[in-house]
Amino acid sequence: MTMQRRQFVQTSSGTTALALAAAAGWLPAQNAMAQAQAWNKGAFETKTLAEVAKALGGTAVESKEISLKAPEIAENGNVVRIGASTTNPAITQLALVIEKNPNALTAVFDVLPGTAADFETNVKMGQSSNVYALGKMGDKIVYAVKEVKVTLGGCGG
Amino acid sequence: MADPMRIRAQAAGDKVTVRVLVSHDMESGQRRGADGKVVPAHFIQTINATHNGKTVMSAQWGPAVSKNPFVQFSFTGGKTGDKVVVNWVDNKGDKRTDEAAVV
Repeated sequence: MTMQRRQFVQTSSGTTALALAAAAGWLPAQNAMAQAQAWNKGAFETKTLAEVAKALGGTAVESKEISLKAPEIAENGNVVRIGASTTNPAITQLALVIEKNPNALTAVFDVLPGTAADFETNVKMGQSSNVYALGKMGDKIVYAVKEVKVTLGGCGG
Repeated sequence: MADPMRIRAQAAGDKVTVRVLVSHDMESGQRRGADGKVVPAHFIQTINATHNGKTVMSAQWGPAVSKNPFVQFSFTGGKTGDKVVVNWVDNKGDKRTDEAAVV
């Protein structure tokens, strides 16, 4: 009788511990999954400008409406300051694309009401490449391009 | 848990310019470590900023954003003393939120 009770207590406490561990383990995982959905995986796995444009929902056309701020020569490919801006209020997203990186799409910024369509960030570049700033308006993608020469690569090595 | 972000929000009239320096490895998944094995990718996927509860910046990043990323953006309708909250989530589910007051 006592033996059975002891066994019962042990098993039940074991199960509780398991359930707790599962709950603790699962919660962050679910949160992470919810966040991952917001991240456009398909777009970030593309290799070329055309693929990026397609993933964002349009075809790319060069335009003066987007301005791209990038250096002519980057000494260190690990840190290259790149900025994209636009004056066209119809643009809802700005993206930075580095053509010769293993994955072309680098960053996507949403242009929200009240926020200036002007973003700057640091990126890594594996080698000298064309850098594109993409703007999305509806199903149209406009871009500006500039070649950045890298003297020391930032990928691999 | 990653180190805190450094956030600087400066008001000029109605416009607030925010500069954020995030402390994150941003491992690209392309690099090989000393043992010759590929270092798994570990990078920030989504980052966003709110001002008085309203989202003012939201971005998705790939692994090609630099280590310890810098980001600059600006929005209108802010004033000195307002709070700007920035948070990010990376591909391993790690996250961090930091806030700063507009100066």
